[in-house]
Amino acid sequence: MGTPLLSVRNLQTSFFTREGEVRSVDDVSFDLEAGQTLGIVGESGSGKSVTSLSIMRLIPTPPGRIKGGQVLFGGQDLLKLSDRQMRAIRGKRIAMIFQDPMSSLNPFLRIARQLTEISELHLGLDRRAARRRAIEMLELVGIPDAARRIDDYPHQFSGGMRQRVMIAMALSCDPQLLIADEPTTALDVTIQAQILELIKDLRERLGTAVILITHDLGVVAGMADRVAVMYAGKIVESAPTDSLFARPAHPYTQGLLRSMPDPLQEVAELYQIPGLPPDMTRLPPGCAFAPRCPHAAEPCSQPPETVAVGAAHRSACWLNVRSETRA
Amino acid sequence: MLKFVLRRLLLAIPVLLVVVTISFFLVRLAPGGPFMEERAYPPAVIEKLNAKYGLDKPLHEQYFNYMQRVILHLDLGPSTRYLDRTVGDVIAQGLPNSMLLGGTAYLTALVLGMAAGIIAALRQNSGVDYGAMAVAVLGVSIPNFVLGPLLVIVLSLTLYWLPPARWGDLSHLILPALTLSALYTAYIARLTRSGLVEVLRSDYIRTARAKGLRESVVLLRHALRGSLLPVVSYSGPALAFLLGGTIVVEKLFLIPGLGNFFIEAANARDSFIVVGVTLVVATLLIVLNLVVDIVYALIDPRIAYK
Repeated sequence: MGTPLLSVRNLQTSFFTREGEVRSVDDVSFDLEAGQTLGIVGESGSGKSVTSLSIMRLIPTPPGRIKGGQVLFGGQDLLKLSDRQMRAIRGKRIAMIFQDPMSSLNPFLRIARQLTEISELHLGLDRRAARRRAIEMLELVGIPDAARRIDDYPHQFSGGMRQRVMIAMALSCDPQLLIADEPTTALDVTIQAQILELIKDLRERLGTAVILITHDLGVVAGMADRVAVMYAGKIVESAPTDSLFARPAHPYTQGLLRSMPDPLQEVAELYQIPGLPPDMTRLPPGCAFAPRCPHAAEPCSQPPETVAVGAAHRSACWLNVRSETRA
Repeated sequence: MLKFVLRRLLLAIPVLLVVVTISFFLVRLAPGGPFMEERAYPPAVIEKLNAKYGLDKPLHEQYFNYMQRVILHLDLGPSTRYLDRTVGDVIAQGLPNSMLLGGTAYLTALVLGMAAGIIAALRQNSGVDYGAMAVAVLGVSIPNFVLGPLLVIVLSLTLYWLPPARWGDLSHLILPALTLSALYTAYIARLTRSGLVEVLRSDYIRTARAKGLRESVVLLRHALRGSLLPVVSYSGPALAFLLGGTIVVEKLFLIPGLGNFFIEAANARDSFIVVGVTLVVATLLIVLNLVVDIVYALIDPRIAYK
């Protein structure tokens, strides 16, 4: 295995609020190979979006701040770059699409302008070439009658179409990495499938690596090579997708999988993990999941170690430590 | 769009008629009459004057005569305060002065206010931001009858830089325009700041930054437009009152503008001038609000008028 395309090492991002420091991302590490897809799964507030925004260095500062760690991309630590160097990477080598296509496009500018500005900036195209490129990209993401619709404004597009525009925009400069932050959450179910298919298809055609952030395990199952499960700012389990679904090791992952509806099995009531997501300003000293965990025991008051539970499969739970030592 | 403008202009006619009616009766309900001065005319003269201006007829008849003249001949009537002039003459003399003063004040307010608002928004919660907003609060809370004399004391009576009052060349314009613009500068600064702060937090600005655009491009191309909308909607009524004459500042600096004539006329119970000036201000208000709506549609493509 060569050096990974992206290697996040001990990333720490905090928000400083009136209630105190919120460690939204607390010591997160993961690798991503070129052309691969990593799914990051977790509830709202688990730190998955903050992780992606930290990679792009788009954390609003203040109140947020990247406190430590490294984001190695193609051998460079992005956190050490100047603003100018970072701007040359944003949109060109790492692109991002966001959750809500309704608000992510500028309502005051034509689609054309929003698409051409990125290829003018990073590819040095002139207006006409940039426009040709933009129409090409719109056709690529399946906007019918692209040459005409390019002069429309965002409000003249449906939600699914707008997300297609966002994807076209993100892929304009052939980025090596695409970060998709809940790309389908705000869309109708039928549109969701289309957008996921589109991302899958383009990923294969263009060889782009993808970080797919979602709270929907079903989305990850069909898309990702690896999955990282986040809880309260930490990665609690990471594994190849098959392995995670077959042998979930962390009680939180087990709970998430149990709470997925299985269309083949009829159950009286869908399982839900007891309790509420933790208050990020007052996390317990040990395992953050312990208050909701059915297996919580005495060692859980200490921070759990992350241990290997299988090939490239790691989990941060005392349960796994015990089973490992027993084996 | 053209249809929309025409419809709005047609709708303005009944509104203006109502304005004229209400102001006509309001002035007439005030005690006193046009020819009751300290040095009273002999009763016979007053009677003749009343007859000349039709003031001896019953009120409703006067109203109908007046409305007829306004609607059919676009004639706002004679002035009882300035016996040799018509209301039209008075407006023709006062309105250009008021518009020059008000327009200068508005442009000053727009440039200074927006600049301060943008700087404050870009350096949100910094010393610059707090400083600019503190000055803005001061600007909103100091009444112009205090600010005017203060500026006169400093800039004319102490430093001898500018004439303290009266109307003539452009140097006479500076002090009253500054006095008048303070409130509007402060208000526009606050509107610009809050508008821009909100836009800078929005998702599409995050998208623009994720594209790798320079912060100046993000601001000028992506953020500024949306943040202008509150300033635009405030500008309509603000500009109408500024252009239509300002009573305090014109009085303070002895400027022969519409506001000055208005107050003179009101004191002298010159109902024709009072109603005429009210009509001018109402017309300005209606036209400028229409302009605001048109500018809105130019800025925001989501707004379409049919």
